[in-house]
Amino acid sequence: MSRKLSENEYGKTASGRLKRWLDGDKDLFLDNVEMRPQKPFEEDEETKAKRAEEKKRVLKKVYDINNNRQVRVFEKIYRVSAALFCVLLVAMLLMAISQLPAIGEAERPVNNEVSERYIENGLQETGSVNIVTGMILDYRAFDTLGESHVLFIATCTVLILLRIDKNKKKELEEEQNDSIYEPENDAILQTVAKVLVPTIVIFGIYVILCGHLGPGGGFSGGAIIGAGLILYLNAFGFEKTERFFTAKTYKRLSFCALACYSLSKCYSFYTGANHIESVIPLGTPGAILSSGLILILNICVGIVVAGTMYTFFVMFRKGGY
Amino acid sequence: MSVFTNILLGFLVVCAVSVSLSKNLLNSILIYMSYSLVMSIIWLLLESPDLAITEAAVGAGVTSLLFFVTLKKIHAIVKSDEKADEEPDGTSDAGSDGKEETHEQKAF
Repeated sequence: MSRKLSENEYGKTASGRLKRWLDGDKDLFLDNVEMRPQKPFEEDEETKAKRAEEKKRVLKKVYDINNNRQVRVFEKIYRVSAALFCVLLVAMLLMAISQLPAIGEAERPVNNEVSERYIENGLQETGSVNIVTGMILDYRAFDTLGESHVLFIATCTVLILLRIDKNKKKELEEEQNDSIYEPENDAILQTVAKVLVPTIVIFGIYVILCGHLGPGGGFSGGAIIGAGLILYLNAFGFEKTERFFTAKTYKRLSFCALACYSLSKCYSFYTGANHIESVIPLGTPGAILSSGLILILNICVGIVVAGTMYTFFVMFRKGGY
Repeated sequence: MSVFTNILLGFLVVCAVSVSLSKNLLNSILIYMSYSLVMSIIWLLLESPDLAITEAAVGAGVTSLLFFVTLKKIHAIVKSDEKADEEPDGTSDAGSDGKEETHEQKAF
């Protein structure tokens, strides 16, 4: 928030509007799309009783295994055919596997010119010692772009499905007691978390930052950091985590990370996945500030994944934060 | 393939079968966790450490946590003292290891 301008004036400037848009304060559907509140389906007692009785009668007649011969035969055939189908599927899959070429054979279809090129020129062209990272974040960076967007969309879906309206939360309190359930102050868990959480988070950051030097990368490092945050949340409760990680933080972080990634790699869609020479110097292989864009992209993917993992857990646990 | 890898692969099959055969949902998740852990060791032996790290973090860590929370949401994990009050209607898990469940309960 600006100190020189008043809040009203700040809201009119470009940055104020951007902030409002990022935070989602402005409801795009308000006054634009009219939605009628839906009434829950209700029926009077008489039809309800009638329907229940009918259902009982039908169930008694149709699913009576002792008297209905058709049902009995069908059940037997169903079981036998299910078992047969399973066995057949297993046999087919095992047969398919047995016809695959053996691991390490020279004439496998995977040993083509693409992997040869990756192995021989990967280090010179991407500057990444870890060729796997060089592949997924340089040669095939647009694939990883799609993957991180899939994660983001998955979070949006979980948000839509599991979010609980803050205004209606108090009404639900009785019914869904466990959604507002806060973790107990468990001494063992808290002591262990105090030691483990910093270690886990630092290890996650290491895995992200050294993704181009050794095993690891954005996705695995982000998942490790997310797991560390979840452990912290379970040990100390929502009050402590909401001081530094709320829905707004998640929105801003994932927006910035995805925008950064998209802006730097979306040219692939226009050039048909062809490479454009990067202006960023590749640096010496093995140094931490090397291999051009890969380090930045790793950090972006790590931020998105860590936020997604944590948000998944919070949504399942509490239905909003 | 070394003997160790074969043992691990056998363990993998046993885990996969017992996940679907286990009556207790909580036990299924714990077995599933160990499945992911064994899988990550196998990835390591197959010389793909990147996948091993991801499998350990996502498969054994975050996914199982989400399963636990979901089970809690549908009241499949209940405290042992709550369990006594509830009617045994067959929908809650059929396990009898109340002690273990209380343990899990505290962590979440």
